[in-house]
Amino acid sequence: MIRRPRIQTVFNLLAPFLGLILVIALFSAMPDVQSRFLRAANLKSVATQSVIVALGALGMTLVIIGGGIDLSAASNIALSSVIAAYAINAGLPPLLGLILGILTGGLVGFVNGTLITRLKLVPFIITMGMMGIARGVAKWIARNQKIDAPLTWINELMAKSPHPPWLVLAPGVWLMIVFAIAMAVLLRYTVFGRHVFAIGSSEATARLCGVRTVRTKIIFYTAAGLFCGLAGVMEFSRLTVGDPTVAVGLELDIIAAVVIGGGSLSGGEGSILGSMIGVFIMAFLRNGCTMMGWPNYIQEIIIGVIIVAAVALDQIRHRRVA
Amino acid sequence: MTAPASAPSALEMRGIRKCFGATAALDGVDFTLARGEVHAILGENGAGKSTLMKILSGAVRADRGEMRLGGRPYCPSDPLAGRRSGVSMIYQELTLAPHLTVEENVVLGREESSAGFLRRREVRTRIRETLAFLHHPEIPLDVPVRRLSVGARQIVEISRAILEKATILVMDEPTSSLAREDTERLFQVIRKLRADGVSIIYISHFLEEVREVADAFTVLRDGRNAGGGRIADVPLEEIIRLMVGAKIADLFPRIERERGDVVLAVEGLKGTRMGEPVSLEVRRGEIVGLAGLIGAGRTETLRTIFGLDAVEAGTIAVAGRGAGRATPWRMIARGLGFLSEDRQGEGLALTRSLADNITLSRFGPYRRRGFLSLKKRTAAAARWMGELNIKAQGPQQAAAGLSGGNQQKVALARLLHQDADVLLLDEPTRGIDVMSKSQIYDWMGRTAARGKGLLFVSSYFPELLGVCDRIAVFYRGRIVAVRPAAEWTDESLMAASTTGRG
Repeated sequence: MIRRPRIQTVFNLLAPFLGLILVIALFSAMPDVQSRFLRAANLKSVATQSVIVALGALGMTLVIIGGGIDLSAASNIALSSVIAAYAINAGLPPLLGLILGILTGGLVGFVNGTLITRLKLVPFIITMGMMGIARGVAKWIARNQKIDAPLTWINELMAKSPHPPWLVLAPGVWLMIVFAIAMAVLLRYTVFGRHVFAIGSSEATARLCGVRTVRTKIIFYTAAGLFCGLAGVMEFSRLTVGDPTVAVGLELDIIAAVVIGGGSLSGGEGSILGSMIGVFIMAFLRNGCTMMGWPNYIQEIIIGVIIVAAVALDQIRHRRVA
Repeated sequence: MTAPASAPSALEMRGIRKCFGATAALDGVDFTLARGEVHAILGENGAGKSTLMKILSGAVRADRGEMRLGGRPYCPSDPLAGRRSGVSMIYQELTLAPHLTVEENVVLGREESSAGFLRRREVRTRIRETLAFLHHPEIPLDVPVRRLSVGARQIVEISRAILEKATILVMDEPTSSLAREDTERLFQVIRKLRADGVSIIYISHFLEEVREVADAFTVLRDGRNAGGGRIADVPLEEIIRLMVGAKIADLFPRIERERGDVVLAVEGLKGTRMGEPVSLEVRRGEIVGLAGLIGAGRTETLRTIFGLDAVEAGTIAVAGRGAGRATPWRMIARGLGFLSEDRQGEGLALTRSLADNITLSRFGPYRRRGFLSLKKRTAAAARWMGELNIKAQGPQQAAAGLSGGNQQKVALARLLHQDADVLLLDEPTRGIDVMSKSQIYDWMGRTAARGKGLLFVSSYFPELLGVCDRIAVFYRGRIVAVRPAAEWTDESLMAASTTGRG
């Protein structure tokens, strides 16, 4: 084993956080927003705003590490939110609505995984088809309008000031944190996690080593769907209505977060920590830009630049290591 | 063979030398090709045939030596320059664009136009004439190439070469994927081209075909000229002897071992990609070699046994128990291990760590309630790396950073770690250095001595003879002979592999 100098070890440890630190430092230095940017209230609202993308990114990280992609994530979120709203509106208990929403997401993911493995088509095509199908079904069920549902405890999941104040953060944020930790552990310390990495790195090798690739892929697409379902419920919680037109294009934000966080679209690489950092880089940027009063298009340009720069930097780092 | 001074030979290559790293692929090779001659280049895998042809085509630059084409110095900078000078290659893997039509393929890269518009009518007439000249007027011009048979595709390639006014045509294993009938027709085409003054370099392992179609031959062995002459003057046995040469055998340490029960029995097994049903058995403590030419069905047989290809018929029994529907997962559970010939594409997950690669097929020992102990796993990986002498920074290094020989040892370490009872090894020593090779031979012997059964596919006969207890020879999809290794010789293996007569 070659011993690396300590400075480099520290650098490698910090490297994933570097982008995030940079973004936060940048806005903290801006005289216009300095005073408000790092305030607890603002941090809380950034965290709450990140929940939906973050939950989607947890599943997407799994899929991308496994060498796939899920373009239907945002449509799935919309469909799940509509189902949850529909169920609660129909008089079912809120808990059941929540569960149905999550299961809807899981079902969409399961269908994705099954079609990808059985039809042997590329995930891009299958999930692109599912993107349209899920969105269409959502609009159909909601009869092309928003579904109003009575206010219940579900709508407090995403409240910026949570009901028992000792929670400090919205319950949705806590859910996000718990699931992020669980997923990070799953990926690193379980057989399933190792198999996902192996499939993404080389599916042929994984098969050769006795990994049941079909089963594993169906499981991780289903898991990604379940996370979309949960994100959909959070979306409903935030909006208090089931809106089939919500989250259009959000799948790209989710994919961007994973990619900024070091996920490779050719599979086999990525981490939950990285993806979460990706989510927060984008969230802080949006938040900071809005505070600065910069128009929307500036945010879009900056995020575009960040995606390219993050991936380019990551590649350079990799080439140095190899 | 010596051309009269007035008519220079079509091609002269003198003292060609080419090194890749420290090893010389070609070391002072001479080659002369007469006008209108079909000249076979023969030699075992790795003798330097393809390197020589790459130098001729311009794909590879020689380190030393000179080439003359029709008497004039010839030094192509790239394959395009080679083609412009009249040297065309017909490769084993055909180089046609499958979605384009016959016409589009033939004119690709040299579309003729006037004022920007393609001069199609003229071109089409010329292609039709060429196809008719090649006895294949039935090939349609407007059909995508992927819908043609392999034989027809070959004819399209040849027409392309002729339309480019090729004077030298290199055919690399042109019949390996052809049915006998198409082979006949190809030979007619070759004779016609020869009569027309085109010189043809013909590379093939099928010696009987070579005798049928070639006028002259040159044998390469270990990158040097081993012999040559008019093919009609030299008996087949002599050609085989030239190809094989005299080899040293002390590379192969012999480890005493006892044969036990049958550990793998394959009966009438036919997979989707296998030509014919195959039966064979392996005993504990035995290394069974599978000899044959590339594409003879050895790899397909191993893959079917391991469940990587679907089984159509037949049974597989491991240690006396029927294995049921074969999938890699089930076969690993039954005690089989497989080493892929495609080390980089299939054998290893290159971006993953050595620890991942070594333990991927057996996580059991590190799992407790679904969680892995990474520390134990890393320690086990490190142990196997020591055992097999793998040179690397550590178990966390990615497999991509290792040399070929060390990568291969990682793949072997996986089989050991898996503790497989039957090891299916597909070309385990291909493309690795001699030092690693002899370590792998030694390891194979020791593994057999521990009561394991080994199936060993190799295209290098000396290692089969040196390592195996029994050797089965494949020819065009079936086993033509199985005998104890002591009853085989380099020559008889070559003869059985190339003629199908054991």
